[in-house]
Amino acid sequence: MNQKQLRQGAWITLFVTPGLIIVGVFILLPLFMSLYNSLFAWNQLLPIKFVGFANFKKLFTGYPYQVRFFNALGNNGKWFLTTMLLQNSLGLLFGYLLSRGIAGNRVFRRIFFIPVLFSIVAVGFLWSLYLKPSGLVNNFLEVINLGAFKHAWLGEEFFATPTLIMVNIWRWVGFPSLVFLAAIDGVPEECLEAAYLDGTGEWKLFWKVIFPLIIPAITIISVLTVIGSLNVFEQVYTMTGLDGAPNYSTDTIGTLFYRTAFGSVDAGSPEIGIGSAIGVIIYFLTFAVSLVSIHYTRSKEVQL
Amino acid sequence: MITDFRFRGASPLKKIFIVLMLSIMVFYVILIIYPLFNMVISSFKTNREILTTPFALPGELDFKNYRIVWVDKGFDRYFLNSFLVTSVSMAFVILFGSMGAYGVSRYKYRGNILVYMLFLSGIMLPLKAAIIPLFLIIKKLNLTDTHMSVILIFMAMGLPSTVFILSGFMKAIPFELEYAARIDGCNDFQIYRRVVMPMTTPAIALVTIYNAVPIWNDFFFPLVFLQSNKLKTLPVGLSTFFGQHSTNWSLLFTGLSLAILPMLILYLFMSSYFIKGMTAGAVK
Repeated sequence: MNQKQLRQGAWITLFVTPGLIIVGVFILLPLFMSLYNSLFAWNQLLPIKFVGFANFKKLFTGYPYQVRFFNALGNNGKWFLTTMLLQNSLGLLFGYLLSRGIAGNRVFRRIFFIPVLFSIVAVGFLWSLYLKPSGLVNNFLEVINLGAFKHAWLGEEFFATPTLIMVNIWRWVGFPSLVFLAAIDGVPEECLEAAYLDGTGEWKLFWKVIFPLIIPAITIISVLTVIGSLNVFEQVYTMTGLDGAPNYSTDTIGTLFYRTAFGSVDAGSPEIGIGSAIGVIIYFLTFAVSLVSIHYTRSKEVQL
Repeated sequence: MITDFRFRGASPLKKIFIVLMLSIMVFYVILIIYPLFNMVISSFKTNREILTTPFALPGELDFKNYRIVWVDKGFDRYFLNSFLVTSVSMAFVILFGSMGAYGVSRYKYRGNILVYMLFLSGIMLPLKAAIIPLFLIIKKLNLTDTHMSVILIFMAMGLPSTVFILSGFMKAIPFELEYAARIDGCNDFQIYRRVVMPMTTPAIALVTIYNAVPIWNDFFFPLVFLQSNKLKTLPVGLSTFFGQHSTNWSLLFTGLSLAILPMLILYLFMSSYFIKGMTAGAVK
């Protein structure tokens, strides 16, 4: 190794070390600590003995964890499916309309993006006031003579989770809209013209030409939706509380995880071992589902 | 464009379609704007007025609620804390992130890809899932209940995407410029500082918004690490405030307006920056 290489190595080290230390200590180390910690039984903040996969077993089969865990996971599933179906299709529609220069599209795109900037906490609290039994939503239903449809939106098990999801869609639909808008704007004009001159109709043009070409954007939005759905926490915390009221119907992995680690599950004490096990499962799910959706959408991707 | 949704010259069927779509979009616009408008007017009303005449305009514009929330309820403090935490973490994200990006994109060496992957691993790993080890690490470092705890975590949150976005930009800067600077006697740090960084400015603006908005809005980490009221950031402060005044709707709407309106006003002036910045990770 000559002196020039040595000097270059020193410069590289200087440039990348500060960032790598932060990433190493606060991202990578916690990953391995989670894996490690999940294999121990804990007494408060002290690991007492190696128990193998007992924490996972307790989570999957022991009461109350089993019931809480699968209930929460089911709710995360609802978040994912509903968001994919409603928010992302609506986003795709909006993105398409905006890119086709529909009247007022410049104003629309700016307004659609407004709630994206707000904190989930502020949005959650705002809507929790509007959705109270005596709040704005029920008042509005009264005014338009639909008083029969009034509900305690966040207080009835049947409505609570869908209501939370709708509020989140309200906040976030502008994001996929503008990502899809940028993707559709990136489709080369010649492709559209060629198809159009061949007599392809609007509907077919979208599904046969535009859609296959924006698969990368669809992949990204899908992956972000997976990650977002698994990370739901603030929405529940602010609107129905850490326990996922009413009767755990809005509980999610995020809130269950928090209660396990810091508070209590059904009045038990903090459980670092089981909490770490949940953390490991969140890591695993995020990673696995992201890989699958990337793979799945890749296989449908077309090259120009 | 040929498939434009222009009203003029469209076939009758398309006209109906356009009108239908426009009404959906206008409906969503109302759905965004009215709740915000109602929030602001409610902040000027009494509790009684909010519950009995929720749609009416306030009788007078009395700013006393704003004074109460801002001064007595400590929102000035929460704002200051949020500002402090966000700007310090962003300064380091940009500094370390651009240095890291420079280190992986401007040199050819073995292990280049490995360093890059280490930085990027953070994009795929949800940081929230790491809260227990993070709690133990912060405790070990004796940083519990300090701003430093969340600043360090926000730095970790911002670095992966920053390195990802900036290294893409830096790769595209011609190496001839670097050679020229080297002949003029610049060392590597001067090249980073005086040649590459100035040319990366647009990307820096992008990355700043991409990271600063989520950091400003973050709730989870300050909730776990900041217990003293005087250290709380705006989202956590708002949450505490909601816990203490759950029945005083008039005050709650004032707190919400104070939390939401500054962001909205900033957005009105820089909307295209915000849109570009926030979607930077997802748009190539």
